[in-house]
Amino acid sequence: MELTGAEVIARFLGDEGVEYLFGYPGGAVLHIYDALYKQDKVKHILVRHEQAATHAADGYARSTGRPGVVLVTSGPGATNAVTGIATAYMDSIPMVIITGQVPTKLIGNDAFQEVDTVGITRPCVKHNFLVKDVNELALTLKKAFYIATTGRPGPVVVDVPKDVTAQRTRYSYPDKVSLRSYNPVTRGHTGQVKRALKMLLAAKRPIFYTGGGVILDNAAQNLTELARLLRIPVTNTSMGLGGFPASDPLFVGMLGMHGTYEANMAMSRCDVMLAVGARFDDRVTGNIEKFAPQAKIIHIDIDPSSISKNVKVDIPIVGGVNAVLHDLLKMAQDAGSAGDVESLDKWWEQIGQWRERECLHYEQGPERIKPQYVIETLFKVTKGDAYVASDVGQHQMWAAQFYRFDKPRRWVNSGGLGTMGFGLPAAMGIQFAHPGEMVACIVGDGGIQMNIQELSTCLQYRLPLKIILINNGYLGMVRQWQEFFYDERYSQTLVESQPDFVKLAEAYGHVGMRVTDPAEVESALKSAFAMKDRLVLIDFVVEPTENVYPMVPAGAGLEEMLLL
Amino acid sequence: MRHIISLLMENEAGALSRVVGLFSARGYNIESLTVAVTEDPSLSRMTLVTNGSDEVIEQITKQLNKLIDVVKLLELTDGPHIERELLLVKVKAATNPQKAEITRLAAIFGGRVIDVSPLSYTVEITGGENKLEAFIKAFGSDNILETVRSGVSAISRGERGLQI
Repeated sequence: MELTGAEVIARFLGDEGVEYLFGYPGGAVLHIYDALYKQDKVKHILVRHEQAATHAADGYARSTGRPGVVLVTSGPGATNAVTGIATAYMDSIPMVIITGQVPTKLIGNDAFQEVDTVGITRPCVKHNFLVKDVNELALTLKKAFYIATTGRPGPVVVDVPKDVTAQRTRYSYPDKVSLRSYNPVTRGHTGQVKRALKMLLAAKRPIFYTGGGVILDNAAQNLTELARLLRIPVTNTSMGLGGFPASDPLFVGMLGMHGTYEANMAMSRCDVMLAVGARFDDRVTGNIEKFAPQAKIIHIDIDPSSISKNVKVDIPIVGGVNAVLHDLLKMAQDAGSAGDVESLDKWWEQIGQWRERECLHYEQGPERIKPQYVIETLFKVTKGDAYVASDVGQHQMWAAQFYRFDKPRRWVNSGGLGTMGFGLPAAMGIQFAHPGEMVACIVGDGGIQMNIQELSTCLQYRLPLKIILINNGYLGMVRQWQEFFYDERYSQTLVESQPDFVKLAEAYGHVGMRVTDPAEVESALKSAFAMKDRLVLIDFVVEPTENVYPMVPAGAGLEEMLLL
Repeated sequence: MRHIISLLMENEAGALSRVVGLFSARGYNIESLTVAVTEDPSLSRMTLVTNGSDEVIEQITKQLNKLIDVVKLLELTDGPHIERELLLVKVKAATNPQKAEITRLAAIFGGRVIDVSPLSYTVEITGGENKLEAFIKAFGSDNILETVRSGVSAISRGERGLQI
């Protein structure tokens, strides 16, 4: 059948099973928008800024495991999308971004709304394509989805010049694609898995350190069974939260810069570390020289370049996290050994002593609301069953510390890039994917204003988000660093004029509430979640100078953390 | 330590910039880089000379392998190999003694005079890096008008090789 390039894109997305397309129209994509108008398989979501389109697609992808799909125009449409593409790249989120481009014959002529999209996005995508021939369009789109969703996932950009969207070609959906240069591994090396098990069973002070790879590869079940079978403590990175149930007694909390005392101490003193789908990020390791000095390290990762990049590994296992954990679990079950029980008992006793420090302790007095209390109460009111999207800053760390995730894909945050403005549009993507579910969006007063315009999108599509605004009047995380490390010189972190967030929510057609009294936190949250079909923004006016503890200062080892 | 990495990659627009971009983004060194199409027109072959510790080289090869356009990679310095580089030198040749000396030096190094003008000679020579450097030194910088080096091309000896 003969179709135009624009129709090929619309048809292909439908055939590929794409449910939502997050986008914003413009000159170079007019033909594509016309083709979308004439079909009803793919629902287009009109955002208010292209950055939000990418974050919404990202939130959709993180909460479902399916790729997020974006359509933006050339030039500023593409550059606005870059922050969201880089965010997804850092956290290995499967996404396909279709960008319009000026007509082929104008490329390179500084045409209106022309940028070198392929060049600009090259360092922050898994791969990108410029389609110059309409006959290659469908196959290129198929390659983009294949690359984005397999191996270590990531965003893929497909740049399509306007004339290509007008040209005609024969279309049939390409169900299969293979690339001679791209064959991601799946199974781990059996010999390595055996060695890993042997090392784990002989360990006296073992720990599992697990990251976003467990979530991405849907490996939570196998991880949980393995940890329980071997009675090994588990710590998660911020990307890995929900990969192991936070309510399980084996869970020692998040690790790293704002990790728990017990997690960081256990990491520092362990003799065997099993790192799973994690990449030894600097926020996790602290000073690398002082990182886990006695540990033998086993590292499971789909991406060989993640192994021995920052920390030298003793047993590397390249493979899909879930497949490797499955093999490891099977072997452990067959071995029937419980490991070095006596040493494990001692290890748990030691961890118990570290836990007694109660490093996350805070006091909620009668006067000012503590941000930690808001998150704990949110956890209580939602019974731990909400999807939580967070922005970036202090509130993000409190959310990670105090909302205890028992299930994967419930916690969505910009871990690697740390993109302020991520939270609200990401929450939108989650709500589209999970209509009828509770979606809480935890934001600060700084970050919410970086994509506040999306409140308008939320009204258009009736997204009943609950926006938990932790309002301290400061760019709090930076303020905290200035307090600790810059002798309290608060350079440009006090936001002296704030909008009235309640009125702002109302102006966008939503419900706004302000809470200043700790006694009203719970009732406000309850009434917000009772409004099932309305977006509610609660402006929690909190203790302005509350700090996130514990904290490992930059350059210090994990053992050298500051406790309150 | 110096390493020579050979790559087969898709002969597509942008493939080269992916490799170069990777090196600049991650702060790796490139000493020289040559690239041209192979006997299979869908593939180009790149020879990259870089240096770094074993850990850095391991990361470089892993990161290169991760690029979708890279079909196959071989670290030539892991095994026996041959490397060659082409050098073109334009030197002052105004007087007869100068001309005689240039011809003599070229012959010693196995090079050839390939162009002659009233005031200059151009000499071509191929060889390993040391030989080319010795050749340049032998002329002395005062006499050299211009030089151009192709960058290293290299191939493994014997059975081992870079094929798909």
